[in-house]
Amino acid sequence: MIKRIFSKRNRVLLAELVRTDFKLRYQGSVLGYTWSLLRPLLLFTILYLVFIKFLHVNYGVPHSAVYLLVGIILWNFFLEVTAGSLGSIVQRGDLIRKIRIPRWIIVVSSSLSAVISLLLNFIVIGVFMVLNHVSVNIDLVWLPLILLEIYLFALGLAFFLSAAFVHYRDISYIWEVICQALFYLTPLLYPVSKLKWPIIKKILFMSPLTQAVQDARYVIVTHQSYTLSNAVHSILFRGMPFLIFILVFVLGISYFRKKSKTFAEDI
Amino acid sequence: MDDIAIKVEGVGKTFKLPHEKQTSLKGAFINLFKGGNRSFERQHALKDITFDVKKGEFFGIVGRNGSGKSTMLKLLAGIYAPTKGTIAVNGKLTPFIELGVGFSPELSGRDNVFLNGSLLGFNRKEMEGMYQDIVDFAELERFMDQKLKNYSSGMQVRLAFSIAIRARSDILLLDEVLAVGDADFQRKCLRYFTYLKNNKKTVVFVSHDMESIRKYCDRVILIEDGNIKLEGIPRKVITEFMSGFVEHNEENSPNVEKNGVAASNLPLGIAEAVTTDKTLLKIDRVWLENLEGQKIDEIDKNTNEYYVKFIIEAKKDIQKVVPGVIVTNELGDFVVAVNSKWAGSSLKTTLTDKNKYLIKFKLLNIYEQGNYKISVNVVSEDFNTFYAWKNEVCSLYVNRPYVTGGKVNPPSTVEITEL
Repeated sequence: MIKRIFSKRNRVLLAELVRTDFKLRYQGSVLGYTWSLLRPLLLFTILYLVFIKFLHVNYGVPHSAVYLLVGIILWNFFLEVTAGSLGSIVQRGDLIRKIRIPRWIIVVSSSLSAVISLLLNFIVIGVFMVLNHVSVNIDLVWLPLILLEIYLFALGLAFFLSAAFVHYRDISYIWEVICQALFYLTPLLYPVSKLKWPIIKKILFMSPLTQAVQDARYVIVTHQSYTLSNAVHSILFRGMPFLIFILVFVLGISYFRKKSKTFAEDI
Repeated sequence: MDDIAIKVEGVGKTFKLPHEKQTSLKGAFINLFKGGNRSFERQHALKDITFDVKKGEFFGIVGRNGSGKSTMLKLLAGIYAPTKGTIAVNGKLTPFIELGVGFSPELSGRDNVFLNGSLLGFNRKEMEGMYQDIVDFAELERFMDQKLKNYSSGMQVRLAFSIAIRARSDILLLDEVLAVGDADFQRKCLRYFTYLKNNKKTVVFVSHDMESIRKYCDRVILIEDGNIKLEGIPRKVITEFMSGFVEHNEENSPNVEKNGVAASNLPLGIAEAVTTDKTLLKIDRVWLENLEGQKIDEIDKNTNEYYVKFIIEAKKDIQKVVPGVIVTNELGDFVVAVNSKWAGSSLKTTLTDKNKYLIKFKLLNIYEQGNYKISVNVVSEDFNTFYAWKNEVCSLYVNRPYVTGGKVNPPSTVEITEL
């Protein structure tokens, strides 16, 4: 099974599709690839000015700029994987209707461009860490696992969304609204530790995104980042975000598998 | 199973076509809530198809538009999943059935070569190795760094074809590859077919071009209304297929009425102003004969002349009728049009009620290789009224030892004289 997934043909195809995606993305723009870096950076500048300089939001942590930046970049990554892959199957209808290729490659290739952007963005985070004199701690080794969790969570959703989009074009609008909600349900701009009711904190931490973002801030920026173990005390409930993450991933893939058999005729 | 490349058993394919007739916002809103239970129409594209393709065989699929032959090819390619039945493939199959699939207009020709190569499973290193050959074969050296959208369609096809022929598959699926490209490209295609045939590759070939079906295929199936109507050697199947067209062109096929006559039923090449009167006579039977009096559907270079014969039956007493014959090629172009008046033959000019008459046209074999169709008609002497006609009623295959590329291929002689 694994051997089949990573067969030479699939690897070659995946690499070439990602390359094409990346080439096409910034075609006709003067700055080209730099936009991958520039976009989140500009967004960050706006949010930094609004939330830290004007509103004086106190995150209760040191290096709040880097803290904010990490959250924004991870959120952007999540958004890019899900929203970017949502239409991928429909957009690549020409391939699907005329070639026998594994359908999942299309979704994965479109998500991998987001991964490349994320890796580039981590250079920016690195620069900011140096400028802000953030000291690197040993827990940083956990970062790949946390990123993998966000990626697979987003990928599971991307599989579901892209397959559902073939039948229901409403999905793109619905997903936009859901993303708006998720944006505020994830403590990106506000300090979650300062929320009044503990129950709200608990609920927010049921989301794999909240858990992962706070953990990422914990390992990258500061151990004062408010994490799952601070908000949820019951061991059973601490498993919830992970359970949701696994459930979303598995269900997303199985829905995609079921629907992918008839993509060629449904598009 | 050892000598079988593809085994298709009891395959059927049904498409669900959703009804989408939302004319009001309200309707759209209601539909939103009904969600999954939108009404469907089931279209049975293929019903019950069983056949095998042997290894090294050049296998043809013919059928009218919409008969299901492209669906069949997509099922073989694994693009569609069959609704019922099984398809077993023994060997490596080309993943695509059309040229230039996956081409991206915004990328350069060069990038597209690598992208297209990856669909065939070649990595960059392997593609680097073949790159120059591909470009040379496509004759597009100067254009490789231009975006594909600036290519002409012919150039795109050439590039796609040059990549496609690199495929190292055991089984190739080809859908209407000949429908595109100019004469030069088509010659390249045909040379490639010959190469495939000589190298004992398994090929499944869908085409409307009866000439190449006849020339290359070892075995052909005719698909009609989702079922296999006939399976056999190309000559047999093509004759049957062509006669299928005749049925559809018979006098009473349904079509838009024009001046009380169905427009498509009017004889070939007739202006709209012409009137028809079908009460006077009818055409009974039409056939082709060689000079020895045997019925034929094929002639070759040894045939100089042949007969088109038909029988007419008068329904009333009539004077001065002009029978005619029209020969059309596969494109529907008139190659030859003759009638008794132009031929200058003196015919018995009075027909008597209820009597039958044999009409005999002797025609010259001046044709280029290909498939031709014969139509016959009987008109009034002033050419204004049509009494009877049968469009494309017989097929004639003309076999030549070589193809000249000319429209006709009349006998000619050459002499060389020293001066």
